[in-house]
Amino acid sequence: MIKNSQQLNAFAKEIQTKKEKYKGKTIAICNGSSCRALGADKITQLIRDEIKKHNLDVDVVNVLTTGCHGFCERGPLMIIQPEEIFYQKIKPEDVPEIITETIIDDRIIDKLIYNDPKTKKKIVYKPDISFYKKQMRLLFESNEHINPKKIDDYIGIGGYSALAKALTMEPEAIIEEILKAGLRGRGGGGFLTGWKWKFCRNEKNDTKYVICNAAGAFIARSISEGNPHSVIEGMIIGAYAIGAYKGYIYVRHGYPLAIENFNLAIESAKEFGILGQNILESGFDFEIVISRGCGEFIAGESSALIASIEGKAAIPRPKHIHATEKGLWNRPTLLNNIETWANIPFIINRGADCYASVGSEKSKGTKIFSLVGKVNSTGLIEVPMGITLREVIFDIGGGMINGKKFKAVQIGGPSGGLVPESLLDLHLDFDSLKEAGTIMGSSEMIVFDEDNCMVDTAKFFIKYLMDESCGKCTPCREGLVQMHDILCQITDGKGREEHLDMLQELAWGIANTSLCQLGKSAPNPVLSTLKYFKDEYETHIRDKKCPAGVCKALIEYIIDSEKCIGCTLCAKRCPVNAISGEKKNPHEIDPMICIKCGICYEVCPVNAVERK
Amino acid sequence: MKVNLSDTRKIIQQYRNKKGTLIPLLQEIQAIYGYVPKESIELISKELLIYPVKIYGILTFYTQFYLTPRGKHTIIVCQGTACHVMGGKDILDYLSNKLGISEGETTKEGMFSLERAACLGCCGMAPVVVIDNNFYGMCDIQKVDALVKEYRSKEANR
Repeated sequence: MIKNSQQLNAFAKEIQTKKEKYKGKTIAICNGSSCRALGADKITQLIRDEIKKHNLDVDVVNVLTTGCHGFCERGPLMIIQPEEIFYQKIKPEDVPEIITETIIDDRIIDKLIYNDPKTKKKIVYKPDISFYKKQMRLLFESNEHINPKKIDDYIGIGGYSALAKALTMEPEAIIEEILKAGLRGRGGGGFLTGWKWKFCRNEKNDTKYVICNAAGAFIARSISEGNPHSVIEGMIIGAYAIGAYKGYIYVRHGYPLAIENFNLAIESAKEFGILGQNILESGFDFEIVISRGCGEFIAGESSALIASIEGKAAIPRPKHIHATEKGLWNRPTLLNNIETWANIPFIINRGADCYASVGSEKSKGTKIFSLVGKVNSTGLIEVPMGITLREVIFDIGGGMINGKKFKAVQIGGPSGGLVPESLLDLHLDFDSLKEAGTIMGSSEMIVFDEDNCMVDTAKFFIKYLMDESCGKCTPCREGLVQMHDILCQITDGKGREEHLDMLQELAWGIANTSLCQLGKSAPNPVLSTLKYFKDEYETHIRDKKCPAGVCKALIEYIIDSEKCIGCTLCAKRCPVNAISGEKKNPHEIDPMICIKCGICYEVCPVNAVERK
Repeated sequence: MKVNLSDTRKIIQQYRNKKGTLIPLLQEIQAIYGYVPKESIELISKELLIYPVKIYGILTFYTQFYLTPRGKHTIIVCQGTACHVMGGKDILDYLSNKLGISEGETTKEGMFSLERAACLGCCGMAPVVVIDNNFYGMCDIQKVDALVKEYRSKEANR
């Protein structure tokens, strides 16, 4: 139990001194959900067994199971400190060697080090890897140094010192600091966080609530699993600043590890006297409850999320009265995104000026993005606001897979817009993204290459949003169905010239007459592709061709009899037996049976299968 | 088949007189039965004085709830954007074809249920397939084919 900030300080010092004195190696193994799915928990166990087998003392080596390191695609990952040796794609059979070679004999294992896809150079140390080099990991860096299940680790890196500092400040002064830092809501809207806090502070009500929206996807999952205490610390500071005594963390039911780590974090914070009654002898009481939500896309909308915590269907309500006035159970409620909360301790500790020195003019600090799709290096990245798309895709992301041509990047999740090559020098911040016809939204960045059809992509997003629409407003519920129907006709080769105008008209109606942001932003994928890739729509409609070779109704597979060597591989792999031919003789595809799955195209060793 | 309601009773007791707990309550019911049985809904309605229509409203709004029994193994194919770009749709189509069921359905022998998810939050290893809470990343048709075989043979050896 820690009673006051002096004791907290002393405890942190104690842990730090212990760490500084430690001369052995630390094996930090990522145990985030992605790495676990690739076998990290088994590897962790094997490492422990192997250490025991060699009778290695804790002074020589210790194992640290951490949260997500971000480079999920290369999992399972491990970083050996203090040298920061980066091992990737580790298999169970590599474990004995890691212990005997690297830990005992200080030798690098060649096959486990990272091979840069762009320069083809082998890179041993984590800071030299281009994926990490251009990042600025203010929030994420600590993931590699702490076990999220241990509060000691968090306190050891200076955790909860921001809380101790905040509790000596006047609530108004904290809000001023957040305002001065220029922090904008990471949930996508980009509203100034400090203003929200101020509105909530000014409400006269005995009961107020704070809520953390941790229901997002990739980013929310990694913060909740990797550093739950940073979120809790932010929430306590926020609650103190507005005068709330109860907080909710809304986590997806489908993220068991996130729920487990949050639960552990709350329990240990209570034991330490950091949560509960009379926090650090300040006289301030605060408790946090976990609300296990659903994976619905619409539950990310603030009023829908509040409805979900209340046990109702997640349907948004009009916002002429803000949640800061009447939110959860009709009480003033401060709802922030998980990433916003995680930023708070940094701002309080290092000061608003330090925070505001990072980022662009109107968007401060760093932003976490999920970088996925057709780039070489995928995963979670944290970059200063204002970095260009080109830097993210070609430096951090390492360029396109297989050297294909970049076509577009979609930013902000399903309802974001697609940005073409001509806008690659766009700066990533709230305002420039809006200007380019997309949104910050969920901060997902999905990269498309020449093999992706833009009409099909727009169709996919509209279908997604159509499924996820809560059904409250007619324009969104019905309009998206109509849009999807038109897009299906175009990709089925039944498109007509007037369809393009109809799509524009529907998009206008949905964007302007829906209640919530899901509806308002839903037409973005169509509007942006119509703006930047109109020629692709026209080719589908006029020539009945899909230039990228994706839309099944508009393509056919043919075997070039000149090239075919009769290896029978395609015939064996065809799921519907549409391919016939004698061994060592040219084969043929029966177009009446063919389902255009493309397997033959992929497996042919001599590229004799053509897609037209 | 008659549903044993003693577990439902226990869960209802835990949640009595608490605010806003209908969703977690139903999640627990589903964790036990694999779906939310009609009989449980009737009991919840009577015990907690909630109209059945309200409970059905919740159950049909959220895709995570099922009103019919599920197969022994639930295969979820992620259809989030990252997975879509990396071929998630092809995997869903393939499995649907192979198992002879559409999404939301269960195979006749009760072995597999096929589901889609909007996003499972591990986009870095797309496309992702989840079978009974075990995550499988970077899937392709060969890999899911082997997985289906593996689960089938596990059952056959039991």
